[in-house]
Amino acid sequence: MSTIRVLVGTRKGAFILTSDGKRGKWSVAGPHFAGWEIYHMKGSPADPSRLFASQSSSWFGQIIQRSDDGGMTWTIPGGEKLPSPYDPPSPGASNRFIYDTSPETGKPLTTHLWYDGTQHPWEFKRVWHLEPSLTDPETAYAGVEDAALFKTTDGGKTWHELAGLRAARGEQWQPGAGGLGLHTILIDPSNPDRLYIAISAAGAFRTDDGGKTWKPINRGLKSQYIPDPDAEIGHCVHRIALHPSRPGTVFMQKHWDIMRTDNAGDEWHEVSGNLPTDFGFPIDVHAHEPETIYVVPIKSDSEHFPPEGKLRVYRSRSGGNEWEPLTKGLPQSDCYVNVLRDAMAVDTLDPCGIYFGTTGGQVYCSPNGGDSWEAIVRDLPAVLSVEVQTIP
Amino acid sequence: MIRVVLPFHLRTLAQVDGEVTLDVPRPATLGGVLDALEAKHPVLRGTIRDHGTLRRRDFVRFFACEQDLSLEPPDSPLPEPVAAGREPFLVVGAIAGG
Repeated sequence: MSTIRVLVGTRKGAFILTSDGKRGKWSVAGPHFAGWEIYHMKGSPADPSRLFASQSSSWFGQIIQRSDDGGMTWTIPGGEKLPSPYDPPSPGASNRFIYDTSPETGKPLTTHLWYDGTQHPWEFKRVWHLEPSLTDPETAYAGVEDAALFKTTDGGKTWHELAGLRAARGEQWQPGAGGLGLHTILIDPSNPDRLYIAISAAGAFRTDDGGKTWKPINRGLKSQYIPDPDAEIGHCVHRIALHPSRPGTVFMQKHWDIMRTDNAGDEWHEVSGNLPTDFGFPIDVHAHEPETIYVVPIKSDSEHFPPEGKLRVYRSRSGGNEWEPLTKGLPQSDCYVNVLRDAMAVDTLDPCGIYFGTTGGQVYCSPNGGDSWEAIVRDLPAVLSVEVQTIP
Repeated sequence: MIRVVLPFHLRTLAQVDGEVTLDVPRPATLGGVLDALEAKHPVLRGTIRDHGTLRRRDFVRFFACEQDLSLEPPDSPLPEPVAAGREPFLVVGAIAGG
């Protein structure tokens, strides 16, 4: 029987929840990296035992952790303890994220738009999202704040920037209230040279040449909170998701609005339909039904909690527009948690399992595509991210 | 040998208990201590000072002999009791309450 491993990043450490394919009984391991913020943790599709984790703190900055045994033990790649203090340090420095300002690739782009309309230097703050390669366990991408995309090809020991991204109007990118974070990285499984990324509050971008050059893909988005509502740059995209069988169809939860494109981002249209509110953070796609998508409506950008105190996941089986609330097993009164953008994931079993974590520390699982839910754990620190591995 | 006391999270990262002792080239300076600390414990690179600029991270402070050395330049000599190993050099995380 398959094993399900749920990787949970929280404000105060990482937790790994494990179950068999029935998804009824769970074991909880952690906290790993107790006391640190774990923005994201994800396993390599090419080697499920290899996990990457982004560990950070306001005091001591960024650490990258890696496990090669499914999360039982962790090492800091490139930071291995030296046999002798007089040995030269390893060339690796997995927490060294230096922006590329070289003339050839960085161009050199050194500033972006600041809150007050002036230009502001790019400053690395943390890794928001880690996206391992679909085929090579040594390769992974990191989306960072201030927004940029980095890549490792040595298992996380060293990272280099794909600076062509910031050449896509980077001087116009402006942070939202949560910072200027690159939070979503999608790899096209049919074309490894095609990646999509999303940045708050710049928009979505696509490369078709493995990351050398990028273009904004925001046509069709409308945002009332920027001076020109349909500008090419400036949209606060919260999350994008795709189904592996249809990589040209991408779904988006924007600050407000659920959007959809069927031509790889060249044109978007709204599919918010009958949702009670189209503000929210996560969006995800059913593992076996490319037109079945999930969102968690949140009341507004001023009130980051569910409408009416009822925690409801909404499912559309038609790729948007027509939505149904999923409530069985979820609190339907006095619930004022939020679900953050990286805190929803699906497994690949049949029926498909849906998972999400809340700022109240609950991690919910639906082993039946959303029909009913049960809390795996209820009292973790605030959940920042949830990822799921389905291990045969 | 120079004695360095690290905050909890950095001791965990470096996998050390108690003080770290360092052999620092003379004359011992603030920057020299950090260089030696990072050479002995590479995982600490980037956690106390920035990789690129080598500037102290905002929420990290350096204390010794009841003095705040946080704003001293890297080539500042350490107080004699620290250089002689009689007093420790303290790396401290800023207090956060709430």
